[in-house]
Amino acid sequence: MTAFDSTFLDLGRLDSLSYNNTIIHRIDPRAKLIVTVVFIMAVVSFPKYALTGLIPFFTFPILIAYLAELPIGFLFRKLVIVSPFALFIGIFNPFLDREVITRLGFMNITGGWISFASVILRFILTVSAALILIATTSFPGICNALDRLKVPRIFVIQLMFLYRFIFVLTEEALRMVRARRIRAVDQKHPSFKLFVQMLGLLFIRTLDRAERIYLAMQSRGFDGEVRTLKKLSFTFGDLAFVCLFLLLFAILRLTNSSQLLGNLLLKAFQ
Amino acid sequence: MSHHIIDIQDLHYRYPDGTRALNGVSMRIIHGESVGIVGANGAGKSTLLLQLSGIFLPTDGSINIGEIRLTKKTVREIRRKVGFVFQDPDDQLFMPTVFEDVAFGPLHLGWALENVEKSALKALEQVNCLHLKDRPPHKLSAGQKRAVSIASVIAMDPDILVLDEPSSNLDPRSRRQLIQLLKTFDHSKIIASHDLDMVLEVCERTIILENGRIAADGKTQELLTDEKLLEENGLEKPLSLQYQRLRIAK
Repeated sequence: MTAFDSTFLDLGRLDSLSYNNTIIHRIDPRAKLIVTVVFIMAVVSFPKYALTGLIPFFTFPILIAYLAELPIGFLFRKLVIVSPFALFIGIFNPFLDREVITRLGFMNITGGWISFASVILRFILTVSAALILIATTSFPGICNALDRLKVPRIFVIQLMFLYRFIFVLTEEALRMVRARRIRAVDQKHPSFKLFVQMLGLLFIRTLDRAERIYLAMQSRGFDGEVRTLKKLSFTFGDLAFVCLFLLLFAILRLTNSSQLLGNLLLKAFQ
Repeated sequence: MSHHIIDIQDLHYRYPDGTRALNGVSMRIIHGESVGIVGANGAGKSTLLLQLSGIFLPTDGSINIGEIRLTKKTVREIRRKVGFVFQDPDDQLFMPTVFEDVAFGPLHLGWALENVEKSALKALEQVNCLHLKDRPPHKLSAGQKRAVSIASVIAMDPDILVLDEPSSNLDPRSRRQLIQLLKTFDHSKIIASHDLDMVLEVCERTIILENGRIAADGKTQELLTDEKLLEENGLEKPLSLQYQRLRIAK
């Protein structure tokens, strides 16, 4: 199996997860979208050196992943795959910001290391929240929610087509990769020139397909505007879900709950 | 029911690159008729079908669907009457879920919302795919995709169904189901295919195309048993008929 094959299958797995039927999957996509966006905003809005304040936020992804019966190991692997981006963003902080802020035993800890850790924590929180949203809400459901929340139509339609054709196009690319592998027995990777040619070919095939899809749309009355017919019902449970989590985020954001908890524990043991 | 008649007169089509795909095709198909269009690769089958749905306009000659002549102005009206099922369901099904896809046509014809829903559900039921309505198309089997493609077209309530290679890429059982399904429709049907056995079962009339011309036009039973005619046009007797002859020889 090539690396390409496994990426393709992973994509399919994430999609399959979103069609499960758990208490979290049944919540209205709008509710989940709002909660996730607010969660991300709350996490991102912390000041530069925040560490302790961020940790309680892990309750959200852990709780949802548990209730939605998501495979934690799989989500974690996805997280690791994108982690280089976060590492590169934060990697220079320890070198640029050398001011000692706190001490841990004998070690002086500089602001740079703290902000680096903070970047990593935020990355884990926000990306896992986004992954969990995708794994618990079908993509059409998310598009539907975006549409109902008045996100401009043109973006929603781009996303709809992206979802519909990403599988078709990756499969097309996959066939090309396999065809090359089979005939180039000793050469594990294509030469740069060949790679560019394959990419060009894929592009041309994609254009041809786009043309045919456009014809198919036209022959069914497409006139430049995509209309959709969808129903969503926002139940009391959905409302409760939104209110509960927004309240939780507000509390976690506005008070330093890990410090409070720590003080409480200290008092209890005194 | 004169308004369902398809009347093609001396149709010519030349592709922008100069290839002459159709050189004077004339035919008249009456309401409720099922016509198979067969011929070797490059004989002009697909081009003819694309003309019928107004995707290409004739270079010369005319196409009339009922009283309407196909021109740039009438294209939208023609498309409402002619339901075109593409060869590749991945081109045909472009919405994220099956139901949305089937509802796309009626919705864009400007129907009332309740009629859109009713018609989409009815079309899905007709092709036995109602249970798939919330699935995304990439999760369907080839046979299901084909059935849903057909539903997406019949939901628009067309008078004429045009199908390009409907049995391609199907396993034997899905192919059999497709044939049964096509037999249940009382629309006029025009089916381009290399699957001569399917044509034999579904279409009472067959037109053989060769180099953009009509080589023969007549009863399917007669044309598809005429070995000499078939061979001249790069075709072969349907397998089911070959088998019959073997059995008699025993």
